[in-house]
Amino acid sequence: MSAIAINPIYRAVRFYEAPIGKKVVMAVTGVMLVGYVIGHLLGNLQIYSANPEQINRYAAFLHNPASAIPLWAIRGVLLLAVVLHVTASVQLWLQNRAARPIGYVKKDDVPASYAARTMLWSGPIVGAFIVFHVLHLTVGAVLPLEDINGNPNTPNVYENVILGFQNPWVSGFYILAMILLCMHLYHGMWSMFQSVGISHPRYTPKLKTGAAILAILIAIGNCSIPIAVMTGLLHL
Amino acid sequence: MRIILHIWRQRNAGEKGRMVRYELPNVSEHMSFLEMLDVLNEELTMKGEEPVAFDHDCREGICGMCGAMVNGIAHGPLPGTTLCQLHMRHFKDGDELYLEPWRARAFPVVKDLVVDRSAFDRIIAAGGFISVATGSAPDGNAIPVQKESAENSMDAAACIGCGACVAMCPNASASLFLGAKIAHLGLLPQGQPERESRAVAMVAQANRELFGSCTNIGECEAVCPKDIKLEVIARMNRDFIRAKCGVG
Amino acid sequence: MELDSKSPAGPIETRWERQRFNLKLVNPANKRKYTIIVVGTGLAGGSAAASLGELGYNVNCFCFQDSPRRAHSIAAQGGINAAKNYHNDGDSVYRLFYDTVKGGDFRARESNVYRLAEISLNIIDQCVAQGVPFAREYSGYLDNRSFGGAQVSRTFYARGQTGQQLLLGAYQALERQIGAGQVTMFPRTEMLDLIVVEGRARGIVTRNLLTGAIESHIADAVVLATGGYANVYYLSTNAQGCNATAIWRAYKRGALFANPCFTQIHPTCIPVSGEYQSKLTLMSESLRNDGRVWVPLKKGDKRLAAQIPENERDYFLERKYPSFGNLVPRDVASRNAKQVCDEGRGVGESGLAVYLDFRDAIARLGKNVIKERYGNLFDMYERITGEDPYQTPMRIFPASHYTMGGLWVDYNLMSTIPGMYVIGEANFSDHGANRLGASALMQGLGDGYFVLPNTIGDYLASTKFEKVDTGHAAVREAEAQVAAITARLLGAKGTRSVDACYRELGKVMWEYCGMARNAAGLKQALAKIPELRERFWRDVKVLGSGEELNQALERAGRAADFFELAELMCLDALNRNESCGGHFREEYQTPEGEAARDDEHYSYAAAWEFRGAGNAPVVHKEPLTFEYVHPSQRSYK
Repeated sequence: MSAIAINPIYRAVRFYEAPIGKKVVMAVTGVMLVGYVIGHLLGNLQIYSANPEQINRYAAFLHNPASAIPLWAIRGVLLLAVVLHVTASVQLWLQNRAARPIGYVKKDDVPASYAARTMLWSGPIVGAFIVFHVLHLTVGAVLPLEDINGNPNTPNVYENVILGFQNPWVSGFYILAMILLCMHLYHGMWSMFQSVGISHPRYTPKLKTGAAILAILIAIGNCSIPIAVMTGLLHL
Repeated sequence: MRIILHIWRQRNAGEKGRMVRYELPNVSEHMSFLEMLDVLNEELTMKGEEPVAFDHDCREGICGMCGAMVNGIAHGPLPGTTLCQLHMRHFKDGDELYLEPWRARAFPVVKDLVVDRSAFDRIIAAGGFISVATGSAPDGNAIPVQKESAENSMDAAACIGCGACVAMCPNASASLFLGAKIAHLGLLPQGQPERESRAVAMVAQANRELFGSCTNIGECEAVCPKDIKLEVIARMNRDFIRAKCGVG
Repeated sequence: MELDSKSPAGPIETRWERQRFNLKLVNPANKRKYTIIVVGTGLAGGSAAASLGELGYNVNCFCFQDSPRRAHSIAAQGGINAAKNYHNDGDSVYRLFYDTVKGGDFRARESNVYRLAEISLNIIDQCVAQGVPFAREYSGYLDNRSFGGAQVSRTFYARGQTGQQLLLGAYQALERQIGAGQVTMFPRTEMLDLIVVEGRARGIVTRNLLTGAIESHIADAVVLATGGYANVYYLSTNAQGCNATAIWRAYKRGALFANPCFTQIHPTCIPVSGEYQSKLTLMSESLRNDGRVWVPLKKGDKRLAAQIPENERDYFLERKYPSFGNLVPRDVASRNAKQVCDEGRGVGESGLAVYLDFRDAIARLGKNVIKERYGNLFDMYERITGEDPYQTPMRIFPASHYTMGGLWVDYNLMSTIPGMYVIGEANFSDHGANRLGASALMQGLGDGYFVLPNTIGDYLASTKFEKVDTGHAAVREAEAQVAAITARLLGAKGTRSVDACYRELGKVMWEYCGMARNAAGLKQALAKIPELRERFWRDVKVLGSGEELNQALERAGRAADFFELAELMCLDALNRNESCGGHFREEYQTPEGEAARDDEHYSYAAAWEFRGAGNAPVVHKEPLTFEYVHPSQRSYK
């Protein structure tokens, strides 16, 4: 074997060049992103705590200068994951589009494949949503964010969320995005196993059901917050 | 019954094609789909119009030569059935049917509904075999094969290489075809020595042929006339990853 | 002409071994200097091309389909015989040999049959090693079943797709050689003539089916593995593309055609449903292991099967053949089915069918067992007929299926044209007048993997080849002939489609030279066929040009050859004044209605020589001697 074949970077590049390599990258980054989505949801659900201060304390903990290094490390890793996930998917999309230059006059689809076939636009919309979400509730570019005592390390998350979601357009967009995220996650969570080569006639159907349940739970959890604000369940 | 057909007509690879409408007033429900096309071709011949070219041979669903998109579904609406085995009793009077050739960059149209699927042969030539020269085999019973492995292997080996998976896949991916061969040979003890190199070689050839890649949609599985399961693709991925990363 | 079978004398058990020792070998370094053409990629052609490539020869391989994997061997369902005696049930090479000679009704060459039985062992080993997923027992060892009347379990199978799996094994081996550059594959290319130079086969003329280009390919030896000619009946279980063109053109170039009238009718096919019918679908005769064949006792009984009480059913095979019952050989089962239908007791709309009933087997074994054994066949039946065979009995009728006749070959599988070998169903060699179930796959693979690669070297090593190129006069002449036929077909500009003409030929052949024949009918056919042929050439309508993919032109060329072959079949059937195996002459039967052989006068292979268009062919006889299995009347009572 030549030295070049043994070089791990070279091997990684060659691996990524193959479509299966790209799918593996999407699966691995997908796992990370799903983990983040779940963690983020659990953090958010603290908004239902009897004490409105609960979620603000959590935010303060994250924003504490002592947490800065791990926080930015995690953010960096997540950003890298997003970049890789998106890059791989765009490359695959371009390749796959080129694989059929002339389409069908009439094409039917299999109903079960709905979530899978919509990955391509559920992905970008969820992506756009994430940008909006960061601008909205992290950066404060959509509407000014309140801090407790004017200290940027202690944001008043409770108030910001409730004020933010009182706008029906914003809430509507959040809910729509969460439904798409749900579909995206449903397909992503079982197909990542398929991509890395794990499939079994007995367990794969269960895996699909599990993925569906988890995706729906995530969607319910996330959608509940704007709904709770709109219905006045959560208020200042 | 009366059937209206819209068929893709294209004189040769170089020319542009178009859909042409035909009407068949007297189709028997006992006819197979291809027999209906035979009747159409006889009528066209008598009228002095060139008959529709379509690939077919065994007409019993095993050679894998036939196939066309019928109303946007590879091999037509009946699951687990090749076009030659589809009978007209599954359609009703007045149905309009759109017939198109398999579409993929790797399957260029030759004429009308005939496409060139030689890419599949090149994929097999790249590694879809067990390298055993004639005469060098040990006794057939020298290597016991678990019944379950043999059965699963047979499930995958049932692939007829028709190309419906590619035609139906929104990505024009050949993964189900690849996975079927990789699973067929990789599930047997005889196939183990070349298992990883086989997956790598076949996948590389498929990429050279410009097939798309699998995004786990499952349309291939739904139209496969031999019910090959998506699992075989996971198996291909596993063998490929194992070969490339030395893990798995 | 003296027909020298070149089969060695001496003890039959060592004939093949001695022959292999006595044949000349080609030095390994010299093999690459030889080019061999293999036409056809079924079990015989595919395995031969792969094996010759492995040996180091340059191989050019041709098939008319778009891929070598599609050859019609793929449709064989039931299984492949091998005398492994894995079941300790008394099987042996000798017993397989004995069964095959007897099953062939003593019209095969003993040496060939013994060799086939011997090689059967290696075939299974080879296929297992290639990854053919044969059925297994729970122990992991190979499973067997008894098949088609055999009294031992010697049939290896891969569900109902044995032919497919064996062919894929050979195809994969072939693709490996294509990948290695040893074999050059020419798919969608049809052989249209044989090039004979100085009496030796030196190449073929082909038509590229995509571009229409007529091309010549030169080689040192030509192997024909182009299958049988059952499509002479128009409706048969063969694939649409199966044709006799290659062997017929070789016949017209001087190869002898042996026993053309030996055709096999398969008893378990799905009946015809209408005039548009393009083919008949065979269902594995393994179905007869558990299904019971019956018709109503009364003529014209149009009640549904379920409404016919037990005592009004005639299980005619069980009644007439108590010891073999539903498992009598194919020809016996077929003829009896035809007989009850001729009596007006046939079932279904056309009255041309008998029931194959699984009611009792389902009651005895349970639906699951039946499903496991025959699930795919039941599904296929339901798909085609729209009826559920778990509920109502299947309707079956015999259909033309396999042709034992073919080009005459010697023990080395070489035809009477030096340098031209014929293997698989295309030759006449091993099955005599009737082929046993699960033996076709065995013969195809035996010829291709183990016989031909051993024998072809002898010819190559012992022949001095003069230089031939595509400019040679013989090549030009062959090309001109091919072009003339194409031009004539396109130029007829008649009023009838190819199929309209061809269908008529099929009906005549089925009527007069089918399951049962008689002199009067054959003479009638011999009068009708030239008329039909003449009308075909005058009135056929083929559109389009020769310079493109033109499927009607392909079909017309194949049909044209069937119009000629049909006549030779009838001549041969008329010449053979006896009944044997698949050739049943109504005048020659025992009082019980069994085939009556005439060993005194007809214990020979009839090899016909072409004497030019318009001249009667001449028959040459290769006498058959039986040193080991002594001719006896078959009895399945």
